[in-house]
Amino acid sequence: MTTENTKWLSGNEAIARAAWEAGVTVASGYPGTPSTEILENLSKYNDVYTEWAPNEKVGLEVGLGASFAGARVLVTMKHVGLNVAADPLFTASYTGVRGGIVIINADDPEMHSSQNEQDNRNYAYAAKVPMLEPSDPAEALVMLKQAYELSEKFDTPVILRTTTRVAHVKGMVATSERKLGPVPVEIEKMPAKFVMLPANARARRKVIAERQEKLEVFVESFEQNRIEWGDKKQGFVTGGISYLYVKEAFPQASVLKIGSTWPLPFDMIRSFADEVEELIVVEELDPFLETHIKAQGISCIGKEKIPAIGELNPFIIKKALNVDTGEVFAPVDIPARPPNMCPGCPHRGIFYNLSKHDVFVSGDIGCYTLGFLPPLSAMDSCVCMGASIGVAHGMDKALGEKGRGKTVGVIGDSTFMHSGITGLANMVYNKSASTVIILDNRITAMTGHQPNPASGSTLMGEPANAVNLEELCKALGVRNIRTVNPHDIPATKKVLTEEIERPEPSVIIARAPCVLIPEERKRVKKPLTSIVDNCTGCTACIRIGCPAISWVPLTPEEAKKMGKKEKQKGYSRISVEMCNGCCQCKTLCKFDAIAEVEGN
Amino acid sequence: MKESGNILFCGVGGQGILLASEITAFALLESGFDAKKSEVHGMAQRGGSVVAHLRYGQKVYSPLIDPGQADFAVAFEMMEAVRYLPFLNKNSKVVVNTHRIAPPAVATGKMTYPDNLLSELTDRNIATFPMNGFEIAKSVGEIRSANIALVGALSTFLPIEEDLFLDVLKKRIPKKLDENIAAFKEGRKITS
Repeated sequence: MTTENTKWLSGNEAIARAAWEAGVTVASGYPGTPSTEILENLSKYNDVYTEWAPNEKVGLEVGLGASFAGARVLVTMKHVGLNVAADPLFTASYTGVRGGIVIINADDPEMHSSQNEQDNRNYAYAAKVPMLEPSDPAEALVMLKQAYELSEKFDTPVILRTTTRVAHVKGMVATSERKLGPVPVEIEKMPAKFVMLPANARARRKVIAERQEKLEVFVESFEQNRIEWGDKKQGFVTGGISYLYVKEAFPQASVLKIGSTWPLPFDMIRSFADEVEELIVVEELDPFLETHIKAQGISCIGKEKIPAIGELNPFIIKKALNVDTGEVFAPVDIPARPPNMCPGCPHRGIFYNLSKHDVFVSGDIGCYTLGFLPPLSAMDSCVCMGASIGVAHGMDKALGEKGRGKTVGVIGDSTFMHSGITGLANMVYNKSASTVIILDNRITAMTGHQPNPASGSTLMGEPANAVNLEELCKALGVRNIRTVNPHDIPATKKVLTEEIERPEPSVIIARAPCVLIPEERKRVKKPLTSIVDNCTGCTACIRIGCPAISWVPLTPEEAKKMGKKEKQKGYSRISVEMCNGCCQCKTLCKFDAIAEVEGN
Repeated sequence: MKESGNILFCGVGGQGILLASEITAFALLESGFDAKKSEVHGMAQRGGSVVAHLRYGQKVYSPLIDPGQADFAVAFEMMEAVRYLPFLNKNSKVVVNTHRIAPPAVATGKMTYPDNLLSELTDRNIATFPMNGFEIAKSVGEIRSANIALVGALSTFLPIEEDLFLDVLKKRIPKKLDENIAAFKEGRKITS
């Protein structure tokens, strides 16, 4: 039951609560599923400064600065974000901290909303920093608070790793009051620790080795590493979400629950292994625990049985270990339902236009990656944040004359601010002929509408400078900068054709706000309807793939009855409830068959 | 009634699935159960197929329902009821909103919306409760209450007193409370 001190929270809400309870005063990060809601929730607490950084590297650097000043700090990001922040991470391991700093790293096994499923436990090992892993929201709260104590006691950044099924799971969480950290917030110069030039870094490298030894001793008695004795026939070593799956699948078995993924409590694991007949390691993704356990000379069953790809669940674990799971209904073959751009989405107009050009479209990370899907099918690559620009330039250089007018990079405003600017500087500097389209919908849309440096507001809801994209591109040396309204498909087409053909770098800024931002939601919509009498079934509007437009098939008899030619195979219908009145379809209709709904 | 259970909510992004699962979770918690709920955000939400797993009991470990283990399912859209068939078993009870939302391949005329979807459930002897949540929502004067009507239909299966459920609605539904309560009660009639 929910009471004053026990709350129903998601993993991300629990982490925000824990940060507040731990006395965090500064928090930074970049949105990324499944980590985004942490800072959104933390921004609602008093006495904590929260911000969205333009990218994860900046977020971690801001965090380090705040830690050097003595504050307790939270930095949040998704797994691929830690690649971007890896540069400061590896050296932050050397500098250590003043105020405790915890990096929330949210992995996405199964790639629900990601381009890869890298296992970031490897980062803890590689950067020589401790990593804790909770199994559910209640543990996330407790562990984050412990992580701050660890960070300050051992002078190290700490990573707390969640996965989608911890971040986006709700459960009951015991909460308590806020207590500030022990470090005074003030300037304290510690050059031997903070200035990482070779002489200092060599000294700190030894400090890391000593720290690692101390941590290895500590984790043997750390309360988040524990043995739950049961039947000793099978002993499971597991942690994070996999622990809950093991408890569900094998309630009678003995379990060693690992809370400190790095360093591992090897003595505890060894004594557990000695007591059980069969040692089984259950973990999602890489054989991380398994590899390190085997390196200690402890034999175990691992990835030869437990899948290394995708998420686990109790069913998969039982099957992998040859436990009967009973008959399950086979899936029925029905049409797929992939995600789609919203009705009225400004990106649709751009991708419709691009689908008419014979070009290679290098895409990027955001809602607009959906431009890949039919019927638009207008994206030819998508790698990582900002890659669209480098990829377009690289293709241009490889193709030479053959590639003139053939390479287009497409990037969102937030992704451009994140890591597109340097790519564009390179494109100008190294004389590319590619075109870059910045889809400026004023917001970071995919992750749920977070403001970015080009939006004009902050995470804490204050008005702020909005980067002028035209001026920025101009300063980078781009001479051809055009701004278009992507909803006007014919006008955009003209600009696209001119700029794509131009043998020097161009930037087209397609500016129209996301239909889901609050201002747009409040705007009075003028929905459209199809005038069935005028519709010839040409499918021009259908081909933009708007969810509000659907095809109504007709038999020759039905067509005849409606006064149409018998060969007309159908007509299009616009859902008034779904239509946002963007008029993209109307700009394509040559038969006056689309009009505003009367009375609106 | 069982003292533990697994409820699957499925449908299309934007149908109010998360609110419906949240209301149900609160009612279970208020009744003294432990519960866990799993959702997926981000890319999956842009009009795609959406699912939430809700599990309750004395102590819940895994937040995910295993294949074949959903005791109850609430499908907000007919095709989605069938998509999640592997989670059901022959003792499952399924509330199905007969509302149809065309996925892209159907909307663009490349495929047709399958007929006789409900027979995919009934042919497997799954107790199926079709209802038109949209019509109920219109009849009570709040078109956004279809999800609460579906929760109403689900509620008769659960070990929760009706009054307790109504209290939760009062606490958790900010606007159009009377209409939502009416929708909830209409939903209950479907399965009573």
